[in-house]
Amino acid sequence: MTAMPVVEANIPTKVSVRDLDFFYGQSRALKSISLPLYTNKVTAFIGPSGCGKSTLLRILNRMYDLYPRQHAEGEVLLDGENILDPGIDLNLLRSRVGMVFQKPTPFPMSIYDNIAFGIRLYEKLSRSELDGRVEAALRGAALWDEVRDKLHTSGLGLSGGQQQRLCIARTVAIHPEVILFDEPCSALDPISTAKIEELIDELSEHYTIAIVTHNMQQAARVSDFTAFMYLGDLVEFGETNNLFTAPQNKKTQDYITGRFG
Amino acid sequence: MSEHIVSSYDRDLEVLGRRIAEMGGIAEKMLAEAMDALANFDIELAHRVVATDQRLDALQREIEENAILTIARRQPLAIDLRECIAAMRIAADLERVGDLAKSIAKRTVKILSEARVPRAVIGLKTMAEVAAMQLKDVLDAYAQRDIERARAVWTNDSELDALEDSVFRDLLTFMMEDPRNISFCTHLLFCSKNIERIGDHTTNIAETIVYLVTGEAMPTDRPKGRSTSVGGASAETDEPSK
Repeated sequence: MTAMPVVEANIPTKVSVRDLDFFYGQSRALKSISLPLYTNKVTAFIGPSGCGKSTLLRILNRMYDLYPRQHAEGEVLLDGENILDPGIDLNLLRSRVGMVFQKPTPFPMSIYDNIAFGIRLYEKLSRSELDGRVEAALRGAALWDEVRDKLHTSGLGLSGGQQQRLCIARTVAIHPEVILFDEPCSALDPISTAKIEELIDELSEHYTIAIVTHNMQQAARVSDFTAFMYLGDLVEFGETNNLFTAPQNKKTQDYITGRFG
Repeated sequence: MSEHIVSSYDRDLEVLGRRIAEMGGIAEKMLAEAMDALANFDIELAHRVVATDQRLDALQREIEENAILTIARRQPLAIDLRECIAAMRIAADLERVGDLAKSIAKRTVKILSEARVPRAVIGLKTMAEVAAMQLKDVLDAYAQRDIERARAVWTNDSELDALEDSVFRDLLTFMMEDPRNISFCTHLLFCSKNIERIGDHTTNIAETIVYLVTGEAMPTDRPKGRSTSVGGASAETDEPSK
């Protein structure tokens, strides 16, 4: 039983990970992880390749279910309800917990349909209501001004940074509660990266956000809390400002200062 | 401390440390020679001290440039970031120590023509020895990253404050004895203030060392060795120590 790190007693917790173990076949990739995702805060996950950060992210919306021989033990509580329960409605879960991947993945459809597709799966709306939702989603992803005059052109025709923002718009269109970002800027140029960081700042007012990133300075810039993981263990969890200026654990310091990893 | 994967990063930080050590050595020498010049009425030596200050200023500029370049290039975090900040702060404090020693040397040149009351200089020499010890200790503490030693320097500054009080009273007495002493003793008063300020800078450096090693600031209230009697320097006229 690992103790839950309690950093902030006064802010609500959206997701509570408790004693989480994860296995790829026989191999144990996560070791008894316990940590909170605080509501409407950004939590960054950092650590060297193979530490388990992307694995952890993919548990939060049960993505691993798509693959055989991968299973999780322990609890992941979303608003107090354990999402690892076999009885959980996965489609509903994934509408509440959205995900943005490293490589932008727009559907081979128009920009409009990219957004509308997800909405239509969950809701029955009139044309004008749908138009409103699409516009709101594109505004929410800071993309509206750039695409308002070409909504019916293909999403694949956008630049890399725009495609990524389209994916973010698609995610927020269905009003999730949590958004997971898996290295969202790794494939992008510095200006697109900056626009997405700005977007994450804005999104965190309304959504709980978890972000996996290899870029230490990005983690320091965008997040409120940071979790440092190593070989499947949670080594340190704390307020970002403290972790990057005076970390508690030597391994954390060695990693963030480029002494190993 | 293990090494960075990029070895030039280690070298960048080492250079900062070496330059601080170099500045420290020069500042120590300037203080010692300024006091020798004063005690022995040696104008040549006093002029040399004044000239040395240029080297200290140049070193401070170099340290700042290097620290800023390291920040721009490496975006340092945690201990590395604190090393850069500490180097800049300590360089600034050592540059001020040099200025204060230079100021003592300049006064020595001024008062040589009217050398009176040699025993008035004795109290000053004692103060200077304490300040020199503080400076040496704090520079050692930086080199060893030794926070206990830094904390001791921080606490011991009260001894310097108390000495300044007693020098103040002595000089007042000399001035009251004979008005012809006033000019000479007033210059010495300024010198004693300079030495006390050197002590303050060593406590600044001590605070920076504790921040460097622990990431935490020291408490702001340093124990002061001041008397509050009417004849002595009072706490209200103190410049704020950081």
